[in-house]
Parts: sequence; C-alpha cells; structure tokens
Amino acid sequence: MRLSGAEIVVESLMQEGVSSIFGYPGAAITDIYDYLEKSPIRHYLVRHEQGAVHMADGFARASGKVGVCLVTSGPGATNTVTGIASAYMDSIPVIVFTGQVPTPLIGNDAFQEVDIVGITRPCTKHNYLVKKVEDLPLVIKQAFYLARSGRPGPVLIDLPKDVLANKTEFKYPKKIEMRTYRPTYNAHPRQIEKAASYILKAKKPVIYAGGGVISSRSSAELKSLAESLTIPVTTTLMGLGAFPGRHPLWLGMLGMHGTYWANMAVGHCDLLIAVGARFDDRVTGKVDLFAPEARIIHIDIDPTSIRKNVSVDIPIVGDCKDALGQLNQLIQKSNKQEWRKARQPWLEEIKDWQENHPLTYGQGKEEIKPQYVVEKIYEVTKGKAIISTEVGQNQMWAAQYYHFDQPNSFITSGGLGVMGYGFPAAIGAQVACPDRIVFDIAGDGSIQMNIQELATAKANNLPVKIAILNNGYLGMVRQFQELFYEKRYAQTFLKGNPDFVQLAEAYGVAGLRAERPEEVVPVIEKALSIKGPVIIDFKVCPEECVSPMVPAGRGMTEMLLV
Amino acid sequence: MCLSHGAGRTGDDGNAIGVEMENGQEQKHTISALVDNEPGVLSRVTGLFSGRGFNIESLCVAETMDPLVSRITLVTRGNEQIIEQITKQLNKLVNVIKVMDFTNTEFVEREMALIKVRAEATTRAEILRIVDIFRCKVVDVSPQFYTLEVTGNEGKIKAILDLLSHLGIKEIARTGAIAMARSKKEAPLKTGK
Repeated sequence: MRLSGAEIVVESLMQEGVSSIFGYPGAAITDIYDYLEKSPIRHYLVRHEQGAVHMADGFARASGKVGVCLVTSGPGATNTVTGIASAYMDSIPVIVFTGQVPTPLIGNDAFQEVDIVGITRPCTKHNYLVKKVEDLPLVIKQAFYLARSGRPGPVLIDLPKDVLANKTEFKYPKKIEMRTYRPTYNAHPRQIEKAASYILKAKKPVIYAGGGVISSRSSAELKSLAESLTIPVTTTLMGLGAFPGRHPLWLGMLGMHGTYWANMAVGHCDLLIAVGARFDDRVTGKVDLFAPEARIIHIDIDPTSIRKNVSVDIPIVGDCKDALGQLNQLIQKSNKQEWRKARQPWLEEIKDWQENHPLTYGQGKEEIKPQYVVEKIYEVTKGKAIISTEVGQNQMWAAQYYHFDQPNSFITSGGLGVMGYGFPAAIGAQVACPDRIVFDIAGDGSIQMNIQELATAKANNLPVKIAILNNGYLGMVRQFQELFYEKRYAQTFLKGNPDFVQLAEAYGVAGLRAERPEEVVPVIEKALSIKGPVIIDFKVCPEECVSPMVPAGRGMTEMLLV
Repeated sequence: MCLSHGAGRTGDDGNAIGVEMENGQEQKHTISALVDNEPGVLSRVTGLFSGRGFNIESLCVAETMDPLVSRITLVTRGNEQIIEQITKQLNKLVNVIKVMDFTNTEFVEREMALIKVRAEATTRAEILRIVDIFRCKVVDVSPQFYTLEVTGNEGKIKAILDLLSHLGIKEIARTGAIAMARSKKEAPLKTGK
C-alpha cells in the first residue's frame, strides 16, 4: 500500500493503539491534519502548544499509556519545550510530532523554521529529524518503544513538509530491536540476595519510593515488601499514590516540605531502601546529612541514577517490579507476626516524632485556610479523585493533605516544577479517565499561565474542576521572602488579578466562589454537581506558609516548623 | 517563572554533583565511544558534557571500518564518581554503541601536531637536530619557516613545543588524542594456513 508521509503518521498512530491526541495545526503540519480528520483518532484542539504537551503528559500519567501531541514548525515546536522538559524530568512517555519546513529549506532560516531537534536534544530521551519518507514507519515504531520502555521519557519526531507529502510503500514494523538500546529489566539475583540479607538484618529500615514504582506498576509488590517485614514507607512527590495514604506504615512524603516524622525516620534509619527514586536535592537537602546512619540499597532501571548524588551500598539496576518481586520471593518465608513485634521500638520512635510534630494548621472562623480546602476536597471526593497541581504552595498542600490511595492519581510537575502544568494535565487525565473526578489544585499565579485551555475543556465538555487557592500572591516565593528576605515581597503580590468567576463565565464555564470556611464544602459539592468544567475561586488566607520546611542546603532533620 | 516545589532557584547553596561523596583523586581518562555515524550524534555527546558540567580536554572523531559507525576518542578529567557518571551517561545515549575507558588498561595513545617554527639561517641546523631526535618530519619549508609534523603522546608534544618555543613558534595546530587497546600479549600467534 503506497501512502504519503502524513498518512503513514496517522496509520502508525492507529497501529500503536493511539485513540486521543492533543495538538494545534499550522502550515507545515496541515497534511497530517487533513488525513487525521478522516481517522477514528480523536484530536483535542488546544489553545497553546504548551497545553498540548502537558495534556499528553497528564494523559500518560493517568492512563499509563503513551501521550501524543502534534504541533507545527517554528513557534509551534518551541512552545512545546517546557512541556517536553517537564516530561523528561519526570520520566513520562510522551511523543511530540513537530512540523518542519521542507528538507531543501532546512538551514535557510525559512519562515517558521527552527532547529527543534537541536533545541530539544538535552530534554528528550531521544529525538529524530526524518529526512526520507521511507524511514518514517521505523522511526515512529522506535519512538514509541523508546518512550515507554526502560526509564520512560519524551521522544520528539520532526517532520519536514516534503517528507509528509512524499509517498512510499507502508508496512509498520511488528517487532523492534535496537542494538544500542537495551534497558536492563531483570535485577541481578546476587545483588537481590545481598539486599535481602541487609533488609533482614536491619533494625530501623525505611523504604523511600519514587515515581519509578508508579511507572513500573509495582505498588502491590511494594506494599507486600513493606507489610511482610513491617517496614515504614515514605515516598517522593512523584511517588505519592504508590503506597496507600491511610496505611499504618505510611510516613507521608519526605523532603523539603515532607512530614517531620518521615524526614526524622530517614535521618535515623539504619537501612534506606530506595526504589525508583533519584535522590533529588528537594529530597536529600544537604547530601552528607541525608540518612547518615544508613546503609543504602538503590533500585533503579536507569544506571545513571545510581551513585549520581549519593553513594550507595547495594546498587540494583533493574525494573522495580522485577527487583521487588525477587526480594519478596526471598523473604516470603519470614514470619510476619514476629517482624511486627520486633519492629515495635522503631515504630514507637517514629510515632513520637509524629505526635510531637504532626501536620497541622489552625482553621479559624473567618478566613479559609488553603489546607482546609484540600482536606475538604479529599473528604468530598472520598479520596478517589485524580488530583493535578500547579507549582508552588498549592502543590505542596495537595501533596500533604490529599491522602493518595492509588497510583496514577497524583499528577504534578515534580522535577521541572512548571507553573501552568496542572490545568492542561488535568484535561489530559480527564480524557484518559472520563469516569473519574479530576481536580486541578491551583494557585492564582499558576492558573494564569495556561488559563486559555478553558476553551479546550469547554469545547470538549471535559468536566475538570479547578480549585484556585487564591491568596493574591506567588505564595511560595512570598513565603521564601517572608522567611529569608525580611518580608520584602519583591514582585510577588499579584496586582491586577482577574475576577476568576467572571473569567470562567467569559469562557462559558461555571465560576464559583467561596470566601468563608463554611462555604467550602457546599461549593465543592456544587462544583461536582455541574456537568462541565468549573472554576472555584477560594479566597484563602493570604499569608499562610507551607509547613514544615527545610531551608535549601540544610540537613533534612533540621526542619523549620513555621 | 517556574518555581520548583520549594524555595525556588534563589539561595540554594547548590550541592554540585558529587561534592558530598567520597571523591577520590581527579585523574585524566581517555574514553573511546563507538557511535552511530549519523548527523547530530557528536552534538548529543558534546551537549551531554556541557549540560552536565563535565570537562572535555580533547576530542577526535572519525569513521571506523564500518561506515555506519564512528569512533569518538575523548580525553576528560575527573574523580572516580564523575568518570562513572560520564561513562553511564554516554551509554545512556541511544546512538552510543559501546563505551571504553582506557585508563588503567594497556593502551596506545597518539596525538599529532603541526608546528610552524621560525627557521633562520642560524637556527635551521638546531631545528633539524630536534626533528631528528623527536623523529618528526619537516612537511613545509619557506624562506623564514619550517612546518614540522610531530606525533606522540601528550608529553612528547609538550616537550618539543618547549624546546622550539625559544626559536619562535608562529602557529600550531594539534589533534586530540586517539587511542587503541593493546592486543593481548599472551595470545599465541597462529601460524600456517
């Protein structure tokens, strides 16, 4: 069958099982759009290309599948860069198709030409400039394989206009084998044996799990390991949902705004079992004060993650699912009850820290506390919603007060920290999971960075609920200025904010507002009763701080309890 | 505009890579990578070095026997942990086929330099003696200058440059190092057939 490059792109997407894509047309990519309209693939027309990548990313996180987006050359392509970089930092499988000027014009500074392959080289897992239509099917096959295998990540495919127009015989490759890319899935059994012997000897172990547990779908294996030997579990921001948020062994998140007791537990443990986590600076703080008394086991599919920031005693390269599965095999004979008894002193020690410094805030009668809003969203949705966040205080309060029970339910830009991520990501998640409640917990600063996607939500009737914790400030930076810059609030007061209810209405979307604590629950319930997208403007206490907090560069046990 | 979840980009005291780890001594390493012979691959490799703050002291790239494969030989410097990251990060690039670190192995290493040196009637004899001692070649002659071609390891090239410098070096062009592992000495030589 002879097909044009544009037809090959669409046919290949269908072969890969893609049902939804997010994009924005433009001159260089019109050929694909022309053919896409005739296909069963549903295209979501965004209002800014950055939104398209975040949607594909949110779709991927909620569904566990590859998210796909399609944009034109030049500015269409450059607008995707932030989204690509975010997906790269968080290891999210996303494919970005970009248009490109015809091959004879490449390098001539043609209209809407940009070297997007050059620009995105450091922030993609891999990228391609397709120069011949004959190469296209294999490139797409490889791109999907790379995006979803090993440590997942974004892959970009740049498509010159003439390549899309040229025809060739189309046959989509069935199998793929790349001699230069063979991720290690199976953990080395000898390393696992060593790890098991360390684990069985430890008196004060802690499991520190990250996003790798979610992308490898190994929450069940993690839970089984924790329960068999009564090992308390903390996760990173990316790992929230990997372990049930109401489990007795759950410590809460660790790190800069983690719980006091999770950080103290890590600071005093004798064995740290890191699973699919990368010892990010927001987790470790000052590296030589991180888990100073512990031996460290590190399981990761990406060898570069191991010994990048901290030295470890037992490195294990492999898929978390395989490594945890093998570990569970080795320890399955041990007696659960005995372990529970033996672990009591350690659990008591942790409980003391927890009781002395719980996560808390004071909800008065007048002002709404932002934490209260998150807690009430948790209660009203019974913990079953998909929560996305923007970046800043909203992100940390969502992480602290929504107790995630399931994986793939917390969608946040963890590594790059992109303001404006949460709302488009929520749209992507809603496309992936039409039957679930999707809430974007936003700040009044962040939401304005991709507010234009209200049109996308409205046009496709995607009932995403946006809860704006409106404090009138860039709250996290303001908090930083309050604590470390003697309250000099340089440029963090958001003068000129819109009336968010009127803004919603301008888009034909419902807008609600809550100004007093007693209005919070009714307004959340009302939002859920509305079939379409809703913006809720929660006027919250303007100078609330995220607590606890470890100042950057300090040890994790030196928390400020502001 | 995009604040990380926490106190932001300001004020961090920046725990640079590996600062807190047991570092060990910095050492020069000669690393050779076989890579796909495709446009953009060199840029992926150099981008990796600049993006992650690794050093490149010299770099050489050329096709191998297999026209689909190129060999990149690069000289870098770092402690054990940095070099481990460099080799792991190189291996992670999709276009990289194989990475070898020659340091602490038996290997042959060569660089080449072209040196244009002032050659007056009074100094020509001395230059030619140096050429002889260093086993290099005069590849171009003009009334005022000799151009010499010298190959050797870094030390040898430095030595000849030092010797020639007082005679007046006008220009030099140097390659980076290329390297190859020595074949195993104990392997028996096959004869016959």
